[in-house]
Amino acid sequence: MARAFTPKVITANDLLEGDVIYFTAEDTWTRELSEAELITDEAVAPLRLLDAEKQNIKIVGAYLADAQAGPNGPEPTHFREDFRRKGPSNYSHGKQEAFANV
Amino acid sequence: MYKYNAFDEAFLAERNAQFRAQVERRIDGSLTEDEFKPLRLMNGVYLQLHAYMLRVAIPYGTLNSAQMRQLALLAEKWDKGYGHFTTRQNIQYNWPKLPDIPDMLDALGEVGLHAIQTSGNTIRNTTADHFAGAAADELTDPRPYAELIRQWSTDHPEFQFLGRKFKIGITGSPNDRAVVKAHDVGLRMVEKDGEIGFEVIVGGGLGRTPMVGKVIRDFLPQPDLLPYLESVLSVYNVLGRRDNKYKARIKITVQENGIDKIRELVEARFEERRHEFDGTDQALLAEIKTHFAAPQFRSGDTSAFDATYSADPVFRAWADTNLAAHRQADHAIVTVSIKAHGQTPGDASGGQMRVLADLAEEFGYDELRISHQQNVILPHVHKSDLPAVHARLKDHGLATANVGLISDIIACPGMDYCALATARSIPVAQEIATRFDDLKLEHDIGHLQIKISGCINACGHHHVAHIGILGLDRAGVENYQITLGGDATETAAIGKRTGPGFAYDEIVPAVERLVETYLAIRTSEEETFLETYRRLGMEPFKTALYPEAQKKVA
Repeated sequence: MARAFTPKVITANDLLEGDVIYFTAEDTWTRELSEAELITDEAVAPLRLLDAEKQNIKIVGAYLADAQAGPNGPEPTHFREDFRRKGPSNYSHGKQEAFANV
Repeated sequence: MYKYNAFDEAFLAERNAQFRAQVERRIDGSLTEDEFKPLRLMNGVYLQLHAYMLRVAIPYGTLNSAQMRQLALLAEKWDKGYGHFTTRQNIQYNWPKLPDIPDMLDALGEVGLHAIQTSGNTIRNTTADHFAGAAADELTDPRPYAELIRQWSTDHPEFQFLGRKFKIGITGSPNDRAVVKAHDVGLRMVEKDGEIGFEVIVGGGLGRTPMVGKVIRDFLPQPDLLPYLESVLSVYNVLGRRDNKYKARIKITVQENGIDKIRELVEARFEERRHEFDGTDQALLAEIKTHFAAPQFRSGDTSAFDATYSADPVFRAWADTNLAAHRQADHAIVTVSIKAHGQTPGDASGGQMRVLADLAEEFGYDELRISHQQNVILPHVHKSDLPAVHARLKDHGLATANVGLISDIIACPGMDYCALATARSIPVAQEIATRFDDLKLEHDIGHLQIKISGCINACGHHHVAHIGILGLDRAGVENYQITLGGDATETAAIGKRTGPGFAYDEIVPAVERLVETYLAIRTSEEETFLETYRRLGMEPFKTALYPEAQKKVA
């Protein structure tokens, strides 16, 4: 039996900064996973990935990543995506640094 | 050390200008990522989890103070204030922005450094014994040969598109500090009938199929080095597999064809190739050697060292672990630990890099080395200067007395940075170091090498650790396997897996149980962990790691 589809977000890295970005329902890119579009329809996912890849001139390596709905928007289900969302654990660099400066 | 001539400078400037244009064309959309990626990799630019990463070659691990200061400048101007020294004697910057990288490369070019061939399926930075030119046990300085290899391999048209990356390591000492048996080609200086040549080892490597290299030629005369290397590469380039990335390294070519067949093919190719070398390489080598003449070592009284050694226990502890024998009896080789307890192994701040540059300039004949163990070496320090050097290091968090001890851990960047990683390495290293520092046990434990990799590619050299740790992703959770009995020296050995892995919060206690067991069963304080393991094997350590399994058997 095929595995049940799990919800996804589309994520990539920004071409200039190299940092982690997420695709929104408005076809724009955000630095916040919570603002990403959560794709729950298996048939829609590859089409949305094609939409994202139309912007390959300013992004690198878009892919579908597992996510789940949370109270404030999509959340990671795997620790790799959790690190991509937050930044490294040895320094408060990456996204956590940006949060600290707000 | 080697100084660029006009040709080198022009070559590097042109290469950097090419890359600047390539970056511009990627940014304006003229190049797709598929087109750009191989170009950026050829110039050491990766894209990792959170940012780009620039890997800068430190050729055979040798730097002068001006170069170290420039590395500090890059860290502060274009990164987040630090750099990461790696197991291949490179430095990595974890946070550069793509449009800044051409400026970073130009800044490196000003001091004769580059990032060429630090990635991609080419011949990578040749690594060397980090005590080269200083060690008491050395036959001859291997660095002129490493520089010759660098010049020969840089942009070598035949070897820009190999089946896979190709790493060469070289040592001039019988005691192997450069892990040459874990390289695609390892070169070890040996003496035969009064002549010094190379023992050539081929097909070593770590990664998913770890192998100890095999001797393909037990004595290669020095002038035959380049034609012979070219023959090895040429045979590999034709015979090596390109159908499967995981079977593409020369270690697999050697394993599948047998060392005897490879030797036969290489010797046949060597007969063809050696005639193409007209002596130009030897003339070049002779010129390169002039750059590596030993400094004029100063002589002087060493009583200041002896006085501080007997009066200051902190200095004594540092001297006992961090100094090595220099070929001049009144000098010492200083290993500066970049492994302060609880800090990231191999990370140095721009400020620390400047302190190291200053010390090299004031006390160390302007020489620095980077070790594959992610530490920095001051290769020549007169013993009378050691108290002053130690005091300055102490002021900047660089005087940790732990070289060769349990907290002198090699750790790859792991999942905190690396896109290939399956688990974190850095926090495991930080916690082990902190734990044993709290226990105040590490000097009692003595020589013990822990090496941690965050995936099976084994950048953290875990296979050749006394205690190796491999981080994996098991059903979406970090899991750590332990190997025991690996050896990175001339008696190289691949460690054996103990059994099932441990969860993230279980791995430090597991290491602690291993060490407690060792302390309980060693014959004396002189018997190292590795010697105890070799004497008694896996069993006592397994019992300590898996008490539940042992109960079930009983």
